[in-house]
Amino acid sequence: MPFDPNDIMKDRLTDIGPPKYDKFFPPIVKENYGKWKYHEILEPGVLLHVSETGAKLYSVRVGTARLVTVDYIREVCDIADKYCDGYLRWTTRNNIEFLITDESKLRPLIEDLKSRGNWFPIGGTGASITNIVHTQGWIHCHTPATDSSGIVKAVMDELFEYFGSHKLPAQVRIALACCLNMCGAVHCSDIAILGVHRKPPFIEHERVQNVCEIPLVIASCPTAAIKPKKVGEYKSIEINEARCMFCGNCYTMCPALPIADQDGDGIAIWVGGKVSNSRVPPMFSKLAIPYLPNEPPRWPSTVKAVKKIVEIYASDARRYERIGEWINRIGWERFFEKTGFEFRHEHIDDYRLAMTTWRTTTQFKF
Amino acid sequence: MALKHKTPMLDELMKGPWPSFVTDIKRVAERKPQCDDILGLMELSYKDREGHWKHGGIVGVFGYGGGVIGRYCDRPDLFPNVAHFHTMRVNQPASKFYKTDVLRKLCDIWEEKGSGLFNFHGSTGDIILLGTTTDQLEAIFYELTHELGMDLGGSGSNMRTPEGCVGRARCEWSCLDTQDIVYDITMRYQDELHRPAFPYKFKFKVSGCPNDCVAAIARADCSIIGTWRDKIRIDQEAVRAYVGGELVPHGGADGPEKRPLDIQAEVIDKCPTKCMEWDGKNLKIWDEDCVRCMHCINIMPRALRPGEDVGATILVGSKAPILEGAQLSSVIIPFMKMEPPYEEFHEFVGKMWDWWMEHGKNRERLGELIQRLGMREFLRATDVKPDPRMVNTPRYNPYIFYDPDDVPGGWSRDPKAYRERHQP
Repeated sequence: MPFDPNDIMKDRLTDIGPPKYDKFFPPIVKENYGKWKYHEILEPGVLLHVSETGAKLYSVRVGTARLVTVDYIREVCDIADKYCDGYLRWTTRNNIEFLITDESKLRPLIEDLKSRGNWFPIGGTGASITNIVHTQGWIHCHTPATDSSGIVKAVMDELFEYFGSHKLPAQVRIALACCLNMCGAVHCSDIAILGVHRKPPFIEHERVQNVCEIPLVIASCPTAAIKPKKVGEYKSIEINEARCMFCGNCYTMCPALPIADQDGDGIAIWVGGKVSNSRVPPMFSKLAIPYLPNEPPRWPSTVKAVKKIVEIYASDARRYERIGEWINRIGWERFFEKTGFEFRHEHIDDYRLAMTTWRTTTQFKF
Repeated sequence: MALKHKTPMLDELMKGPWPSFVTDIKRVAERKPQCDDILGLMELSYKDREGHWKHGGIVGVFGYGGGVIGRYCDRPDLFPNVAHFHTMRVNQPASKFYKTDVLRKLCDIWEEKGSGLFNFHGSTGDIILLGTTTDQLEAIFYELTHELGMDLGGSGSNMRTPEGCVGRARCEWSCLDTQDIVYDITMRYQDELHRPAFPYKFKFKVSGCPNDCVAAIARADCSIIGTWRDKIRIDQEAVRAYVGGELVPHGGADGPEKRPLDIQAEVIDKCPTKCMEWDGKNLKIWDEDCVRCMHCINIMPRALRPGEDVGATILVGSKAPILEGAQLSSVIIPFMKMEPPYEEFHEFVGKMWDWWMEHGKNRERLGELIQRLGMREFLRATDVKPDPRMVNTPRYNPYIFYDPDDVPGGWSRDPKAYRERHQP
């Protein structure tokens, strides 16, 4: 039955959940589920998985813009139909993997992908800079301090050679979040690009009581900087601006407290995080540059800073060292020396648990 | 058709070797006015250096409290075709395997009833349908459920769409059936996914091994990470082949060239517990000292494999900074078998959620509640016994919250007897 807008309850299906995962498994995956024995990256972007049964599965990984259209997805489908019997998958980091069982189709697929302009860059495996995970930015978010897709495009253009090669000491994971909400959870990335505010919100007193729950706004402030206040006839709030740390949480709760500002907002760069447990435990990313201005359309300061970190790391780190492991070995004083980034008061934590980050030893380098 | 809006700044993003979202959207803007307007709006943001979306309104499909995020543009006068531009989150199949027929159908629905723009995928894992109007929501939902067998994902204060790594579908290291666990959680808790009843969001993520490819330890309120309790499986012949330069180290992650592996420098010296030794012929691993970091397995995938007594380490509490600062997940259950029907896990989840729903404040994540009320309260609520694997070190402050039950006689005192022993 087709949808009847006058009777939305007719034949209604709810809570059916997603399609069961194995519905879209290619036959080779169904047959070899749990039997994979080893893998090898044959060249950047091309993986071979070999099963205990001897079966071989090739995956060709390509970067995507993440923000894509129906035209793009249809083109991806055309490719997957032609070479992969219609089977493909996406990775956690916004790459597509075309899945191939017939080895004779591998080279033709790669040549085909390369022939389609800049739509399907092959890479993102091993000691590369794989695709940037990121948030929405100005295309669709209501609390951004910066853009997302445009910065990602500008940064990946500049780091393109590292996407399709394995020449870094280890993988470098870059992530971008357009505000401190971090729906991209960038706080454990080798390099994080983070949208930040630097001006407290202003208060639209005449709107507050109509569009906000004042107790929730007050409770939302992590530094208790917001108090209720009567302003003329209006029930409103006041903000102790000296206590504001520009998290934007009050604006999330109350649209009458705009915090976005074309001169206040910009980008902070963080380094040295990781999530894998390999060698050393997971680590948070730490502040490298507190503020760079928003510079659309090509974001030159951000691109330059990220590239500088990558290049110094590439020339200085030892094999298998992630950025955080490299910095821990050389020390933060050396990191700032080598990058030339200015060390400022913003780098010294003054929020909760700050003192766990202060140096409580005489061990340091001159 | 010429586009309505000039976008000189965005046009700069059509250049360069990385795929351009501007080029992509422009070709669809030829036939879809929403795409034309969203490029115009984005250009305005590039000029103003500020976003142009208002706070979301309450929109959704009947009977659900999540899955649709209301979005309204703040310049409908200039961009009427994106005045209402809501997001729908579609629950992806676990690990994001697809067949093209389902993707093509999805494109047809979205071309007709929406903007034609996607995020493939959102950070949490859903397919994001970016931009439609309120009157299309029910029709899209109907077609998703009837034509594609797909359903909406989570948003707001509910369980968010669970996600896992590629797991046993295509990885030799996975100690868990990540897809099956994700599917089990998703289906069992459909109500919690679709109808917000929690203090705030709650995320599950499942990684098959400690390499943690879905970043479960950093971004899930409950992180399920595969591990093993027995010995790393060793193929000594393959170890010798790596040392002899017959196999490519690191599975080719540093390049496809064969080279002799310096097993001492590249593997043994990098081991965090120094639990291995190479005598020139055989690799010895003292598994009782191994912390299963995966480094040696990553470097010699043809020689070493995780053990066979596999299960999960359950950790809780990670989140991004808002509100109390970023947290990583902490170990709660060092090892759980994690086999269907997952009863032990469901029981743990039930106790965890009961405690959080009872004590959590509005917009307080589980990790923040544990910080506020203490790990002891959480362990008590979930019936988990303290274990040294839960901490990096025992406490170094002496301020212990004892319970009356911990002390003989509880907290009742006999002041008279005390004063008979001690003059004031």
